[in-house]
Amino acid sequence: MALILSVLEQGLIYGVMALGVYITYKILDFPDLTVDGSFPMGAAIAAVMITEGMHPLLTLFVSFAAGGAAGMLTGIIHVKLKVRDLLSGIIMMTALYTVNLRIAQKANVPLYNKETVFENELIRGLFGPLESAAPLIVIAVITVIVKYLLDWYLSTQSGYLLRAVGDNDTFVTSMGVEKGRVKIIGLAIANGLAALGGCLFAQQQRFFDISMGTGTVVIGLASVIIGTSLLKKASFLRVTASVVFGSVLYKACVALALRYMKVIHLQSKDLKLVTSVLFLMILVIAQERKKKVKKNA
Amino acid sequence: MLELKNITKLYNPGTVNELCLFEHFNLTVQDGQFVSVVGSNGSGKTSMLNLICGSIEADQGQILVNGKDITGKKEFERHRSIGRVFQNPAKGTCPSMTIFENMSIADRKGKGYGLGQGKNRKKAEKYREMLRELNLGLEDKMEVKAGSLSGGQRQALALLMATMTPIEFLILDEHTAALDPRTAELVMELTGRVVKQKQVTTVMVTHNLRYALEYGDRLLMMHQGNLVVDCAGEEKAGLKVEDILKTFNEISIECGN
Repeated sequence: MALILSVLEQGLIYGVMALGVYITYKILDFPDLTVDGSFPMGAAIAAVMITEGMHPLLTLFVSFAAGGAAGMLTGIIHVKLKVRDLLSGIIMMTALYTVNLRIAQKANVPLYNKETVFENELIRGLFGPLESAAPLIVIAVITVIVKYLLDWYLSTQSGYLLRAVGDNDTFVTSMGVEKGRVKIIGLAIANGLAALGGCLFAQQQRFFDISMGTGTVVIGLASVIIGTSLLKKASFLRVTASVVFGSVLYKACVALALRYMKVIHLQSKDLKLVTSVLFLMILVIAQERKKKVKKNA
Repeated sequence: MLELKNITKLYNPGTVNELCLFEHFNLTVQDGQFVSVVGSNGSGKTSMLNLICGSIEADQGQILVNGKDITGKKEFERHRSIGRVFQNPAKGTCPSMTIFENMSIADRKGKGYGLGQGKNRKKAEKYREMLRELNLGLEDKMEVKAGSLSGGQRQALALLMATMTPIEFLILDEHTAALDPRTAELVMELTGRVVKQKQVTTVMVTHNLRYALEYGDRLLMMHQGNLVVDCAGEEKAGLKVEDILKTFNEISIECGN
């Protein structure tokens, strides 16, 4: 039961970040590694603000804004300074490592006995004896709100341009719009979501660690690929839901793998290896499916 | 009125591969004129369109629209008053978006893209009517993704979308070249109709000499960055395919082709 609860909680939290990766990877067709830096940036901001005694709800907005700024910078490096997409992300990811250390002041900040979005006066009053279920419900509510906000944005005129720029950027220019600006907006939203995910993650785990961002992009990509290939849905708007669902499924796979790792003499320090092997498997399975669909068509 | 004044364009300047495409090139297109441009490969037809649209920059010279200098304006800024249809049918629409969504985007051109509803539901009927006029059965496919349409359907849709908002120039870059003969005929007929209806100044590059003669009221033939034929009105109306084919062969033979 505790395992299922933690899979759901973490899956939904990473789902918020995966929605960001969905924007860059699927919509913009931009392999953005910035998320490896913006995810822990959200966590660092949460840790500092909570330690300083600020209201935990405030951390969500500040993290989103800071992540957005980081994404914007990646976009500016790519668009204005004409650096290749992959390299722009790597530059920002590396720079953010130092920025995150500066924000948190330490490589490790514990958050025990502190008020978080999951544990505060209001939550205790609302849930009473059911307090142990509170984090999951709060996370679910936040994730659903974020998903619907993103769905809404993608259905606006500005959101249409975002979808168009990854599809056919000549078309965006033909519409009299600077395609670079649209890309920058997309990267800002994506990294804002990644930071928001990190902010929630730090509060759920009750600590910040400088290395917690490593491999974020792999988790995000895995979730997006599970969501868009394996759980393919016909309607566009549902894609966001299946990305979140993909993230939960991915976390479940990792949890299962960790549980049965002992059988093949793996230890918990081998987690990252398991992560990447799982990702590879998902990629290969997704390819297989594509081939089959083609054959049957 | 569109004016290209004294345009010079070099490719790979300063290297052994230096290629002077235009040297003091001049062209004036009057309002409402429909200009067809023919010429061999590498004669500068597409480069001329790219210069007008801002896709490439001239090394020297000016481009004026209604007397205003637009040489320094960026490509996307110029496109607010230019509609362009490309040779590649995939370039004019967004493949992963539906026809309805594509048309809604095209309809916002020049008005800005904010946080209003992307789909323009109020105009759905009007869009359907516009599609019906194409006679391609697209009116029943409003919710179909543009990527699943045939090349001809996409090109017709691209033409429709390029002329949806008020534009000053329509630029057609070999827009029938990738289509089969029957579809090309269809798209060309549609082009003629649209240009007449909207009275829009048009520059059309084509490899089809017959289209160049049949459509438009002015014909240009380009060769090595120069205009070798430029005739309009009566003179153009009297031209026959054989006449321009002869000129065309003469300049090609000169080059040793």
